[in-house]
Amino acid sequence: MVSDIKVSIKNLYKIFGPNPASVLDQAKAGVSKADLLEQHGHVLGLKDVNIDIKARGIQVIMGLSGSGKSTLIRHINRLIEPTAGEIVIDGQDVLAMSDEELLNFRRFKASMVFQKFALLPHRTVADNAAYGLMIQGIEKKEALERSQRWVERVGLAGFENHYPAQLSGGMQQRVGLARALATDAEILLMDEAFSALDPLIRTDMQDVLLDLQSELHKTIIFITHDLDEALRIGDDIAILRDGAVIQQGSPQEIVLNPADDYVADFIQDINRARVLEVRSVMDSKKPRSGAKVESNTIIEDALQAIKDNEGKPLIVTEDGKAVGSVTIEAMIDAIARPEKDGERNPAYR
Amino acid sequence: MDFLEDFPSMGRGDLRDFKKAVDAGFRGFSREYGEALETFFEPLLFFMVWFEKLLTNTPWPVILVVIGALAWIGSRNWRLTAGSVVAFAVIGYFGMWEDTMATLAIISVATIVCIAVGIPFGILMARSDRAQSVITPVLDVMQTIPSFVYLIPVVMLLGIGKVPGLLAVCIYALPPIVRLTNLGIRLVDAEVMEAAHAFGANYKQRLWGVQVPLALPNIFAGVNQTIMMALAMVVIASMIGVKGLGVPVLRAISNQYLALGLMNGLAIVAVAIIFDRVSQQYGKRLQKHREGGHGV
Repeated sequence: MVSDIKVSIKNLYKIFGPNPASVLDQAKAGVSKADLLEQHGHVLGLKDVNIDIKARGIQVIMGLSGSGKSTLIRHINRLIEPTAGEIVIDGQDVLAMSDEELLNFRRFKASMVFQKFALLPHRTVADNAAYGLMIQGIEKKEALERSQRWVERVGLAGFENHYPAQLSGGMQQRVGLARALATDAEILLMDEAFSALDPLIRTDMQDVLLDLQSELHKTIIFITHDLDEALRIGDDIAILRDGAVIQQGSPQEIVLNPADDYVADFIQDINRARVLEVRSVMDSKKPRSGAKVESNTIIEDALQAIKDNEGKPLIVTEDGKAVGSVTIEAMIDAIARPEKDGERNPAYR
Repeated sequence: MDFLEDFPSMGRGDLRDFKKAVDAGFRGFSREYGEALETFFEPLLFFMVWFEKLLTNTPWPVILVVIGALAWIGSRNWRLTAGSVVAFAVIGYFGMWEDTMATLAIISVATIVCIAVGIPFGILMARSDRAQSVITPVLDVMQTIPSFVYLIPVVMLLGIGKVPGLLAVCIYALPPIVRLTNLGIRLVDAEVMEAAHAFGANYKQRLWGVQVPLALPNIFAGVNQTIMMALAMVVIASMIGVKGLGVPVLRAISNQYLALGLMNGLAIVAVAIIFDRVSQQYGKRLQKHREGGHGV
């Protein structure tokens, strides 16, 4: 994956209240969210958010409710106006766009999938999927032809003439996904897109998304409150708390080095064997012989391989070349749940 | 003590002068602009005369067929369709055909005018809170002021006839469609509207692609109410020269003709029920898409 930056969020602040500009300086000086509310009557929505989002990857923004994640994603296509900051997409500042430019940005460059689907209830599945194209000004007939491919791609062939109310939640969100994909936008904004779905359907939809992404390579910004979901689909994760980013990194980095107790609490209960890959726990010794394992194999699978190999260390390979080795002890250490107040790096709060 | 017993009102002379001034002012206004207003409303008068002639000159079997067809298109219900045709046949049999046609004409034109004026005002109200705060009290006045009171200035301005009658009907029947258009648009799901914004819909695309279609059931309830209220004004409108079922009712009141009053009154009721049921059925059909079916 080429890691050029597609979306760059710089020093973004959002303050809700009667006169946000009046308290911006206090917020910048570091007045806490609670103090700002109590003493100045303003709610600090986002606080100095800086995220560089790579092109063609899935950037997850994770946080609990009230952390500002939905506010943040709405800044990217300016459904919400910021109090201060910059959002640069392909070298252009979204916040400096004229109304006309903004409309075209939303029509052609960034499409969105919503938590509660937000389909047009009076239009059929086919018409909903073609909505973005029709907003672009494309004739209905052509729009329907072009969107039909996406209706089929998300597995809704045969349901074209149904109304949204006639579909289950999972199927409605497939319509939402088809609608967003049909515009051929390079950026896909997904606001808790799968959060309203049953766990099984959610996993299903994650598969649909990963499958589509392996083919389309869009820049996806995915909001979620679900860590398992974040670890499963994210190439990069940013964790948001009280409007501020408290940690950014790959799933591996976050699981191995939680930035603070809050993050540590978060990752407490995840299945580490399914998230961590052998490259995160290998050492650089390169044994001459032995069974081989790809560096991005998850520990759960590697443990099976090492058992088949009678417990002997495995050679870790990348593109067929040996890059190190991994022992059963290293893997077990890595998947053991860390002590909560243990000997973690005291540099973190 | 006098001060507490008698409300300290304006002197009788002053009050008389005040009323005289208002009357003279309005009279002056109507002398100045009455003719211009009449010219302004001329196309409407033309249309009303044409429409009434169309209804009265068309052979009655054709009208019955058209009524049946409209009832069927609106309701898709055989019983309602048959009921409508039979009701009109009975009305005709009792000798009220021509008056009923005249009433239908004014109701139809009034409804068209109310829709044409009311929906844009409703949209304006939904778009801006300031517009809403200005228009709402005006609508309140229109709905509560006794109709006889606004008949006076209307007659002073335009005299007696179809146009002032239509105006009186519209003043009374306009508020519900404005209110319900406003309400319907304001009730449109905020999430759907956000989606429209997110896909780059401009104001026109949001209005006609999302807001109006989703508000349609409410707008239609407003149309239904407007029709009902227009029918309720038929008798009062007949006082200022509108032909139709109201005229015999008025005659029945002044002469104590019980049968005449009852028959024409019931004819108004029959027309009202038919309009109401058919338009409600049609409104329900507009919401077909809300019904769940598969997997809900």
